[in-house]
Amino acid sequence: MSITKKDVEHVARLARLALTEEEKDRYTTQLGQILGYVEKLSQLNTDNIPPTSHVLPLSNVWREDKMEPSTAQTLGSPEDILSNAPEREGPLFKVKKVIE
Amino acid sequence: MSFTSLTASEIARKIKTKEFKAEAVATAYLDRIKTLDPKIQAFNEVFADRALQQAREVDAKIAKGETVGPLAGVPIAIKDNMLIRGERCTCSSKILEGFVGTYDSTVVRKLRTAGAVFLGRTNLDEFAMGSSTENSAFRTTRNPWDISRIPGGSSGGSAAAVAARMAPLALGSDTGGSIRQPAALCGILGFKPTYGLVSRFGLIAFASSLDQIGPFATTAEDAALLLQVIAGHDDRDSTSINQPVPDYSHFLGKSLKGLRIGLPKEYFIGGMDPQVDKAVREAVKVLESFGATTRAISLPHTDHGLAVYYVLAPSEASSNLSRFDGVRYGRRAKDAKNLLELYEKSRGEGFGPEVKRRIMIGTYALSSGYYDAYYAKAQKVRTLVKQDFDEAFKDVDVIATPTSPSTAFKIGEKSSDPMQMYLSDIFTISCNLAGLPGLSLPCGFSSDKLPIGLQLLGRPFEEGTLLSAAHHYEQTQQWNKEAPEIAV
Repeated sequence: MSITKKDVEHVARLARLALTEEEKDRYTTQLGQILGYVEKLSQLNTDNIPPTSHVLPLSNVWREDKMEPSTAQTLGSPEDILSNAPEREGPLFKVKKVIE
Repeated sequence: MSFTSLTASEIARKIKTKEFKAEAVATAYLDRIKTLDPKIQAFNEVFADRALQQAREVDAKIAKGETVGPLAGVPIAIKDNMLIRGERCTCSSKILEGFVGTYDSTVVRKLRTAGAVFLGRTNLDEFAMGSSTENSAFRTTRNPWDISRIPGGSSGGSAAAVAARMAPLALGSDTGGSIRQPAALCGILGFKPTYGLVSRFGLIAFASSLDQIGPFATTAEDAALLLQVIAGHDDRDSTSINQPVPDYSHFLGKSLKGLRIGLPKEYFIGGMDPQVDKAVREAVKVLESFGATTRAISLPHTDHGLAVYYVLAPSEASSNLSRFDGVRYGRRAKDAKNLLELYEKSRGEGFGPEVKRRIMIGTYALSSGYYDAYYAKAQKVRTLVKQDFDEAFKDVDVIATPTSPSTAFKIGEKSSDPMQMYLSDIFTISCNLAGLPGLSLPCGFSSDKLPIGLQLLGRPFEEGTLLSAAHHYEQTQQWNKEAPEIAV
């Protein structure tokens, strides 16, 4: 399976990764090798084989629709969480303009 | 007698009887880390003052006659991808430099309640992606048995810490072999529990259907002690199984008479290191001496397991790592002109090459036009891999294999060829795909004194059987008691 530099650029854009030209060339070669290896999956007949997305016999694990203790106990206080922010303004995360 | 040559179980017992002070034990381990870790580089950070404080609290409680937990005063090292409240957590990545955990992961919370003393956070391949710990953005951990060689990965720091006796216990995580393989290469016991046994809440996710947290130890008794503390259902992890946790220590002495061991022919292939093959076969004979029987079995889809893993794991990772976008935490690129650049530059600069490779493979495999050929196909072949094991376990109770096709390779030997590196996972990966429990125990050394590991795989939730086999093995073979001599 050969992957082109254009494919790599497309995938990098989808994955929101900025790559240098050197990286694009290197990854084109390496990804080509890896994808070539995984091609062997197409050799197998999987008609009528169900996919396994999860190994345990669990599905739709719900909880009761009732108030739980504050997430400050589970995930940290708003102040703790905001202290990791690269840029903040008061209780808000600050980012570049989202809508032009 | 030095504290650092004792097992965790011995330390736990003697702290409870007041023969040892937790502070003295912690000090001994911290001193050993100070001496050896500049050479080994197992730790991303040592929690010196906080560890001593935890130890003092244990001593105070015991002095007052209060009840303490099963790991009271026992030092432990934690892989740097599990959140500890108030401590940094980097996943050995530049993208999380400076990030401070705002809550305890469930395993850490349980260890706290059990009274354990946290020595520090250990090095890993970045975001747990790798088999050598060379993909860490910060340091290369060395194998304590030969510092020119890798300790294995991705939990190389935790494995090296225990092997060098800088910690009696450590936690690692295993997605495709990341506990078992470094345990084998470092000559210690490493255990990946059944998927769903240990909560993943607070473990920074790599591949959510494959990741499991598990113990590193030097004895089966110690592994059982640690597993007992961390196992169990967690409301906060909807993939954790809701069933009672057995008493693992109860299994240690359970007889191996009649235990049926399968040796899958696909795992004893030509091209493998003959010394590894020999040591593993001899180890199986030891288990037979305890009354176990062996037979040849086949796991026909073994060869395809690696390809399945290198589609599914990167796919899940591409989704899990999309949260690292420079917005709420982690590294944000300084010169982004707009939102798209903020994302692309933060991630492009913050992630290392292996992480970027895997994100791209995953994104490609999940993208429109390729999803069916890659991701959906891999999920179906995963079913075939799992079915191989279901079939095999009708005739055997335990499957024995080498953990790794070779002993520890030299630093830099495989790092320029991703495919070469991926092939070192060949024996460990299917276990994660099938969600089975698996452990590696030390079963000998090569002629250049490099450790060799025996892997044992079991049925879902039969951790006790594996611990029993490991415990019996240790009674007559003393590989696990050997510790490397490290020149400083």
